[in-house]
Amino acid sequence: MLHTQPIATLRRQLLAREISPADLLRSVESQISRTDSQIGAYLFRDLDRALAEAETADLSRPLGGIPIGVKDLINVKDQPTTCGSRILAGKYTSPYDATVVSRLRSAGAVPFGKLNLDEFAMGSSTENSALQITRNPWDPTRVPGGSSGGSAAAVASGEAVAALGTDTGGSIRQPASFCGIVGLKPSYGRVSRYGITAYASSLDQAGPLTRTVEDAALVLQAIAGPDPSDSTCIRQPVPDFSATLRSGVRGLRIGLPAEYFIPGTDPEVEAAVQGAIRELESQGAEIIPVSLLHTSAAVAVYYIIATAEASANLARFDGIRYGHRCENPKDLRDLYDRSRAEGFGAEVKRRIILGTYVLSSGYYDAYYTKAQKVRQLIRRDFREAFAKVDVLACPVSPAPAFKFGEHSSDPLQMYLADIFTIAANLAGICGISVPCGFTSGSPALPIGFQLLGPPLGEAVILRAAQAYEQATDWHTLRPV
Amino acid sequence: MNLPESSLNIHYTAGLARLQLLPEEEAVYASQLERILNYIGQLNEIDTTGIEPGTHDAEAFDFTRADESRSPQPMESALLNAPRRSGDQFMVPKVVE
Repeated sequence: MLHTQPIATLRRQLLAREISPADLLRSVESQISRTDSQIGAYLFRDLDRALAEAETADLSRPLGGIPIGVKDLINVKDQPTTCGSRILAGKYTSPYDATVVSRLRSAGAVPFGKLNLDEFAMGSSTENSALQITRNPWDPTRVPGGSSGGSAAAVASGEAVAALGTDTGGSIRQPASFCGIVGLKPSYGRVSRYGITAYASSLDQAGPLTRTVEDAALVLQAIAGPDPSDSTCIRQPVPDFSATLRSGVRGLRIGLPAEYFIPGTDPEVEAAVQGAIRELESQGAEIIPVSLLHTSAAVAVYYIIATAEASANLARFDGIRYGHRCENPKDLRDLYDRSRAEGFGAEVKRRIILGTYVLSSGYYDAYYTKAQKVRQLIRRDFREAFAKVDVLACPVSPAPAFKFGEHSSDPLQMYLADIFTIAANLAGICGISVPCGFTSGSPALPIGFQLLGPPLGEAVILRAAQAYEQATDWHTLRPV
Repeated sequence: MNLPESSLNIHYTAGLARLQLLPEEEAVYASQLERILNYIGQLNEIDTTGIEPGTHDAEAFDFTRADESRSPQPMESALLNAPRRSGDQFMVPKVVE
């Protein structure tokens, strides 16, 4: 059962030569063969190539010999990238590695498999993938969350040891919470986006989905840090996360934002999150009420800024240089209009049109400028809160994983479910989702809680998450 | 400036976005986006007097790398995914009259 072990355990076994990287890859592959016809996490994998890479993996490196799955909007050289979209599926092979992938390789890891997602990361359930359905490993009638739903479902089911995802409005933390694993969204600028298909460039970040907090620290350590190929990557040194991981929470000031504990949250979610907070308090953390006054505006701000940026970023899918091109275009305009209409799915079109509208002449100031002003108020709320506390604790999502189709006919309802994750992206702060309980129904569904930290504060949220995880066994439970 | 009463012309906006929509798609998007724009209208209630619009702290990103040449992607790899090509060039419909 190698595929169910945390990275730290596997590394000890690899270094002791009790197992080889090939043994580990084969164990992961055998689990995929057993369960992925049901779960549907993978869009692509090449075992032979991964085995060849595993043979030369440098075991002395921090992730030496560890296979890691990759959300399929991150480029892996010579492998297809689909972004979950018909505009790319079968039509695009990446000519280069994203920086996060080359960093994984430098750390000795073996990128293995491309994982399903909402098309271009636009969604909260992975139902917007144009290519396949991904199911929640805990209950196949429910979504795995999204947009990194394939990454979360693969890690939760033992089909991957760890995976990379991206988080623009909660797309790492929410699926991690729905699938009962750890998901970390780094601060804006902590991790390079070079080679990652851009959705909303002032919000996107890549990060790990793992089974333990320590694993998240290990993967983040490998991928974080300045990159000459990404000018939005902050030129600050990356601390050694392992050095403070076990420092505990005695004396740590944990803020509870009143606006994140509101009516409408599922009572079992609320109870589990409160239980997690009590556990941290019992370990010596100081719990302090705080306020983030503009929280309720975050969803509206997000759906202006994210769609505006998406409408510009997705202009590159024009049917000229790569991706789908329509048959027999009568002129260049027709080529653009039909190639994009045929290639993009419904949610992507919806967001492109909304984004185009809010940026269009006569509306730009009213929507985009207004949103960027309210965004500054949201940032100021967090700045003032982090002057009083070290981290914030709150739910990840108001409810556990929902059923397929439950929100898909009403985009606004789907957007509103992101209320607890979106503000972190707007403010550029970091956040981690940690398993903290299960619902009482059958089958029981995982619940996660969220720790938010200041910009570049990954070390402190990892430390608090580790303290909680060590006192509980939620992270050891696996779907059958 | 207050958010305007929504006056979204789907056909025109989709044209700006270079998306050809079917009439039934236009109808669905019109009603869905109307609801979303109404929801977004709540931002009108927030006083942003004196607030400068922005994203992140500019100083964190206000730098450029040394102006040194790096080895570019080989031309063949840039053309690898072209839907249509002719030799070393992307093929497009005629763009000059």
